[in-house]
Amino acid sequence: MKLTAKLKIWRGLDRDSGRWETHEVPFEPGQSVLDGLRWIRIHKDPTLAIRFSCINANACKECMIALDGETVYACTARLEPREMTLAPLSNKKLVRDLVTDIAPPAERFTPPAS
Amino acid sequence: MAHEVMTVETDVLVIGAGGAGMYAAIEAARRGAQVFLIDRSLIGRGGATVMAQMTVAVALGAETPDHWRHHVDDTLAAGRGLCSEPLSRLLCEEGPECILEMEQWGIGWARRDGRIAQAMAPGHDRPRCVYVDFLNTGPAVSKTLRIAMNKTDGIRKAGDLCVVDLVKVDGEVLGAVALHLSSGAPVRISAKATVLATGGLTRLYRRNSASGNMGGDGYALALRAGAPLTDMEFVQFFPIGHLAPRLVGMDPIMWDPFRYKLGGRLLNANGEEFAHRYGMPEDGKYVLTRDVATYGILKEVEAGRGSPHGGVYLSFQHCAESALRAAFGPVIDRLAANNIDLTKTAIEVAPIAHYHMGGVQADARMETQVPGLIVAGEAVGGANGANRLSGNAITEALVFGRRAGRSAAERVARMRAPPVRADAARAALDLVRADAPDRALNTAAMVQTLQTTMADDVGPLRTRAKLERALATIDQLTGALGERPAGDGNAFDLKRLDWLDLRNMLTVARAVAAAALNRTESRGAHQREDFAEMDPGWRVNQIVRLDGDRITLAKSQVAPEMAAQ
Repeated sequence: MKLTAKLKIWRGLDRDSGRWETHEVPFEPGQSVLDGLRWIRIHKDPTLAIRFSCINANACKECMIALDGETVYACTARLEPREMTLAPLSNKKLVRDLVTDIAPPAERFTPPAS
Repeated sequence: MAHEVMTVETDVLVIGAGGAGMYAAIEAARRGAQVFLIDRSLIGRGGATVMAQMTVAVALGAETPDHWRHHVDDTLAAGRGLCSEPLSRLLCEEGPECILEMEQWGIGWARRDGRIAQAMAPGHDRPRCVYVDFLNTGPAVSKTLRIAMNKTDGIRKAGDLCVVDLVKVDGEVLGAVALHLSSGAPVRISAKATVLATGGLTRLYRRNSASGNMGGDGYALALRAGAPLTDMEFVQFFPIGHLAPRLVGMDPIMWDPFRYKLGGRLLNANGEEFAHRYGMPEDGKYVLTRDVATYGILKEVEAGRGSPHGGVYLSFQHCAESALRAAFGPVIDRLAANNIDLTKTAIEVAPIAHYHMGGVQADARMETQVPGLIVAGEAVGGANGANRLSGNAITEALVFGRRAGRSAAERVARMRAPPVRADAARAALDLVRADAPDRALNTAAMVQTLQTTMADDVGPLRTRAKLERALATIDQLTGALGERPAGDGNAFDLKRLDWLDLRNMLTVARAVAAAALNRTESRGAHQREDFAEMDPGWRVNQIVRLDGDRITLAKSQVAPEMAAQ
């Protein structure tokens, strides 16, 4: 059974000059939002930025985004046959598109003071 | 967008923050070195360690008498004659110390009657595998090391740093050039010793059980720096990776612990058990080694006895719901949320790329043939020969990580300030900051094409025709990739990252396919359908080197066991 999700995705490098982009994504029941985002990168636009490592296991906890305003893991949220709004976390520093700086400060790269 | 180059100086650079990298960082730091630990992902989140489900093999003898020599014997037998014995021995002999140190650091290995519990796993002659929890041993290992690391002075940590190339000066590796993903800036890191703990290459395959950032980076970095690789043709497939129905929030290798606890029945489409056809009758127990199970499943599928999605069935329908719940409690609820009721339905499983036996050639001090370049964990080749015994991967990460950290600190102690040569890093820096009009390449689709090719033509069952077809596709992709990076060079530019990854992945894929084509026999994880028998004449390791852009292969005698020290 093939269904279609309409993913409305926030894109941009800073919060003031972003834009919304909508992609129709085919899926089978049970597939995750991360599956949908990976599908877009392969079939539509490889520049779409999303942070993830483990893909499916919910072990790395890197793929946190806002889905319809709620914080979710993209790998465990499921695609649904409706419009779904995906945005970067609002309380973290934006990096690009759906990627935010979620690492603890002590584990981020900061150039050494010269 | 042009970025300024940022620079960092350190004694020891550790690349990769999985189990091996974190242990290496701790060991080097407590021996007095300043350490900079980096990862392309977040610290302690990516890599394979965090994905490990359960077993860690170690001859503790806590419940059943054991000795590391028995563990070595099983490791060598599983390796089908190709293990580098000094490395296998190191893994088994120092395993207990590292496992007990992890206990001191508070991991809390599971206990029975006050003693650390040890489970039986296929290929072991006695119960030898410690665990924390059946599905969460890996995350516990990661977390414990991260806490221990945070309590150790002298370690700086940074995620989002992806190494593009090692920097070589006068024949020695003296650091690396990295892309800072969250800004797009190039970073030049100068180090007296560099530890590669980048893990394996499972991302080369369409279906895999490890983090998506394990695309063989370390193998490509080592090759380009002049360090040879060994055993690249031996990719371990985990036979019963989850295939269907679609299951989210669970690791695809989750069925292993179910089999440890409950056995389970592996069935073909006709509902028949089939393991006996491949020489290992199961009889309700979990005894199948990974290479035999993978072979059997693929052969059943080939014979038209596969499940609808192209695997076989794993059934626990004979288990009472109470037994399932007693064994797995909340996991049963997570399965229910995925509409899976094990008492009513069998799930579909199929082999999935899991681990790489091959890797960078190293001695028992984890030093490579290039001074300054040290390796650890899955990035090291040789300890597991042609097939890895279950439970050896985490032990290897810990033991090899610790040894690598010691070697790095020892090198730092005997080194003076390293020479700085700006030109040594220039080519790599130019790749990171390439500021050219973007190219119309779909890098994500190219990664998928490579993964499909590797799965179809360089999977567990190989032929000359398949391997030659794969090499032709790799050539095509390499040509399409070109020499100028794609992407805009801004923050989190996945197109540029894909381009840099493909540069590594294509080199490593070529090494695997070329070594597999050359090895005209079947052994362990390398099964040639056109050379179905094991050939004693092939009891040699194949050494891979890079000559310009060309992969070269040479045969090398298997390293003999060292005399007892």
